[in-house]
Amino acid sequence: MARRYDSRTTIFSPEGRLYQVEYAMEAIAHAGTCLGILAKDGIILAAEKKNTNVLLDDENFFSDKIYKLYDDMVCSVAGITSDANVLTNELRLIAQRYFLQYGEPMPCEQLVSWLCNIKQAYTQYGGKRPFGVSILYAGWDKHYGFQLYQSDPSGNYGGWKATCIGNYSNAAISLLKQDYKEEISLQEAKALVVKILSKTLDTTKLSPEKLEIASLYREKNNTKMSILKHEEVKRLIEDQERVEKEEEAQKKREAEARPST
Amino acid sequence: MECILGIRFNDFILLAADTIDSRSIVVMKHDVDKFFPLSKNLLMAVCGESGDTTQFSEYIAKNVHLYKMKNDYELSPRASANFTRRMLADSLRSRERYNVNLLMAGYDEVEKKAELYYMDYLASMMELPYCAHGYGSYFVLGCLDAYYKPGKLPSGVV
Repeated sequence: MARRYDSRTTIFSPEGRLYQVEYAMEAIAHAGTCLGILAKDGIILAAEKKNTNVLLDDENFFSDKIYKLYDDMVCSVAGITSDANVLTNELRLIAQRYFLQYGEPMPCEQLVSWLCNIKQAYTQYGGKRPFGVSILYAGWDKHYGFQLYQSDPSGNYGGWKATCIGNYSNAAISLLKQDYKEEISLQEAKALVVKILSKTLDTTKLSPEKLEIASLYREKNNTKMSILKHEEVKRLIEDQERVEKEEEAQKKREAEARPST
Repeated sequence: MECILGIRFNDFILLAADTIDSRSIVVMKHDVDKFFPLSKNLLMAVCGESGDTTQFSEYIAKNVHLYKMKNDYELSPRASANFTRRMLADSLRSRERYNVNLLMAGYDEVEKKAELYYMDYLASMMELPYCAHGYGSYFVLGCLDAYYKPGKLPSGVV
């Protein structure tokens, strides 16, 4: 039944749905996870690297899934990589055009909003398919400080304190609802990110090769972004494993202390 | 040519303009208002080809206002000045250019300082402590060079 209404993006189904947009979101639900957390002194973006083939030459490029858009903003993507490349290129152009016109960096929400208007156009005219990418944006501007946004193929976007896209995003989001605290610091956010990913990802054990963590912070009136080094990620994972072992041991002790029936 | 001048002090700016519109010896209008407010914190004084001045100023003012409507916050003085300069520069290299000289004065709420931008019809722009357009500049700039101090108004001089 749905088949008749899903071959073109520009048609509504009888139930008022846009199937192509929904199918695009399906594609993203199978893609590598991206997690973002807004701390009071910065933002953490973490991405699960799906391409961990040893034959890949990964020494000479900046990052697999995390893109710098301009001095004050970075983004992480989940979905079809080639679509993501087109969109990040466009985001960079939009940001520089703003800078050319106004002489100051583009405010975060305006950039997200602009791209989302483009994404929305692909769901309404042109006969082209929507982009199969969801994007997490982490940025700073002078109006609202640190901000975290998420956009999806429909062209919708929202501002978040913590969110997740891609594989296992639902599990991660429900964990975030419990564990996220308002005035979290950047260091606590890094630990939280590793905790959430270790509990939701399918792999038996997290390792620094599978994880990419970037942090955005301000230093001396400049916005800086750094990708965490191998050693630091390793240390965060080991810390998390230690905490988990203690929790397990604690549970065991409590179970033994309880009188048996 | 008509004269407009501006002087920047620590947290305010004085803009002055004459009110004459003339062609050589014929004064066509003697009550012209050459000031165009762009927002609560921005004021532009314009001189040059009459007609161009109004068209250009209204275009800039409405665009600045549109930005505020779209984004809930206003353009800073620096951004507005850069935007204006970009519009002047683009028009210069296409169709007919806007033959306007202007001074833009603004107070930046975020950085808490006053900024005065000088822009001429060739789209050159500079943030200056004092500046002037027109024949009056020949008289006034020398005075300001000698007596300008950002902290206070010299007594008896406007």
